[in-house]
Amino acid sequence: MSIELDCYRSMLRIRRFEETVLDEFKRGVFSGTTHTSMGQEANAVGVISQLNADDVIVTNHRCHGHYLAYGGDMRALFAEMMGRSTGVCGGRGGSQHIHWRNLYSNGVQGGIAPIAVGMALAEKRKGNSTMVVVFIGDGTFGQGVLYEAFNMASLWSAPVLFVVEHNGIAQTTPTSQALAGSIPARFAAFDIESVELDTSDVIPISTAASNLIASVRDCRRPAALILNTARLGPHSKGDDTRSVETLQALREQRDPISILGNRLEPGDADAITGEVVTEVKLAFEQALADPYPQTPMEAAQ
Amino acid sequence: MTTVLEALNCALLAAMDADENVILLGEDILDPYGGAFKVTRGCSEAHPDRVILTPISEAGLAGIASGMALRGLRPVLEIMFGDFTTLLADQIINHMTKFRWMYNDSVDLPLVIRTPMGGRRGYGPTHSQSLEKLYLGVPGLTVLAPVSLAILPAGRDGPGPLLQQAILGTNSPVLFIENKLQYLQTVSGLSDLSEFDVRVEFSADDTAKLYPIYRLTIKGAPEPKITLAAYGAMADLTREAVIRLAYEKEIFSELVLPTRLAPFRLEGILDSVGHTGALLTVEEGTRTLGWGAEVLARVSEIPGIGLKRSARIAAQDLPVPASPVLEASVLPQVDTIIEQVQKMV
Ligand SMILES: Cc1ncc(C[n+]2csc(CCOP(=O)(O)OP(=O)(O)O)c2C)c(N)n1
Ligand SMILES: [Mg+2]
Repeated sequence: MSIELDCYRSMLRIRRFEETVLDEFKRGVFSGTTHTSMGQEANAVGVISQLNADDVIVTNHRCHGHYLAYGGDMRALFAEMMGRSTGVCGGRGGSQHIHWRNLYSNGVQGGIAPIAVGMALAEKRKGNSTMVVVFIGDGTFGQGVLYEAFNMASLWSAPVLFVVEHNGIAQTTPTSQALAGSIPARFAAFDIESVELDTSDVIPISTAASNLIASVRDCRRPAALILNTARLGPHSKGDDTRSVETLQALREQRDPISILGNRLEPGDADAITGEVVTEVKLAFEQALADPYPQTPMEAAQ
Repeated sequence: MTTVLEALNCALLAAMDADENVILLGEDILDPYGGAFKVTRGCSEAHPDRVILTPISEAGLAGIASGMALRGLRPVLEIMFGDFTTLLADQIINHMTKFRWMYNDSVDLPLVIRTPMGGRRGYGPTHSQSLEKLYLGVPGLTVLAPVSLAILPAGRDGPGPLLQQAILGTNSPVLFIENKLQYLQTVSGLSDLSEFDVRVEFSADDTAKLYPIYRLTIKGAPEPKITLAAYGAMADLTREAVIRLAYEKEIFSELVLPTRLAPFRLEGILDSVGHTGALLTVEEGTRTLGWGAEVLARVSEIPGIGLKRSARIAAQDLPVPASPVLEASVLPQVDTIIEQVQKMV
């Protein structure tokens, strides 16, 4: 039971954080862009909760959930997105370019995949049991460099787990209009074992992740976890082209927070919700009071 | 007599001996073949577990090398022909050079990408280009180009030390521009350069004195009337032009040869132009928006520098043809330099 409560809290922190981001964007508190992971929280929490402290996480434009599930400081991420000096990267990176401990993100699709493989090969050479998890979206399967990464990961037995967050859409483009064949077949072509799940329930995701992580760690071989999931919010901010009915149905059927919340004692869920709301509010207010970085920046001449 | 190729090869072996985190990756680099241009020859025999033969996957390899570098190794990636660096552009521009800065200086990424540029071997349009200008001005990227000189005592400079230092002593990405013809050049020491007075200087920001700037003038000659600036393999052609100008035309010039092209600095060139008032840049890449364009723009921005005449020599804005006669007409030659200098003094 306490695992379920932990997962619930962890997912709710991400949800509340991102709801705040979208709300406050309208007020001009944040600048630039953002990509929220509402609906996909179970992937972040399910996978990352199964990692060891030394493991490496490589992520993409939709990285807030991964960062928060990893234990990243909420105020620092708010501050990063507000361009404050206390941000995760001092305001240089913004929403999709963050590094904290062993988590690295970048906002260009696909290019991080070979980097994750290189990291896994470096860890393997060091002779330790560290492994790398890299998150990629379904739309990213359009990038050629991904297949170079799969090929070399398999060829050189890199301890890397490719986690595919298959939400069926890339910005506005449905996967069916961008992807021929199937994602499992693409891994199979490189002799990379894959497990596919179609659920937004964090518990089976955790179980599958745990098994695959153990196998990657022990066999020092790559594997893939394909998570069919649902993006409940816009791609970025208010840019959803899907119909109200489609979204309504997804929210009713695929919301990981209500899926797990329905199994909890109402009192437990309410207590956690109260604590999380307070925590997020405080982190937001603290970040808002944080200073901007010193300017101007100057290049060495 | 050591060639540039031998110097670079020794540097790779020495770097691998010095640090077990140094690891080589590239296509066809294993012995006995030792790479398309043989620069890695002997490396896999000496360190079989640290030389990785790769698929033909330049972009993926650049990513793999970056990942290795972020996690503590010192990878050296060979790209068989400089023309193929275009396949790495996303990895160079949006990944490896961004990480340190966008992560607020919290990571190191020690990675050297070595690649031969240049024509004059009849390889044709996609195997003969000098594309380094595309990578000058990418923030966070150091671009080095050795010249075939080794002047300082105790073997402190030259193509080998430049490469070895880039591999062992740099914590951010380096693009190391080699050249197919330059591989065969012998590395000249002071005793081989009896016609010249040679000075070695360093940029003010290069406090560790890693990236020499060579300044050559004809021994015992009158004050030079023009500054010639070049780098890489064009240093050899320009040096020949300087000699012929002196002995055949009695035109005396100063040759300035930087070995670090980016971050961009003007030391050596500026001081020389302050004396000569005339500047000719020489490069093998295409003319438009090239290295010479930036040198001349920056020099002309300096108040009171007294630049009276300036020009650029570069390849024509054309692909490099395969036919030797056509190729020679597209790429700058020694005679091109001599004719241009005669027009300017
Ligand atoms: C190389 C590249 N092309 C285009 C984009 C713009 N872009 C950002 S996210 C995105 C959609 C990515 O879709 P997917 O991989 O399915 O991930 P999701 O957004 O669904 O999480 C696009 C096109 C980009 N960041 N990088
Ligand atoms: Mg998607």
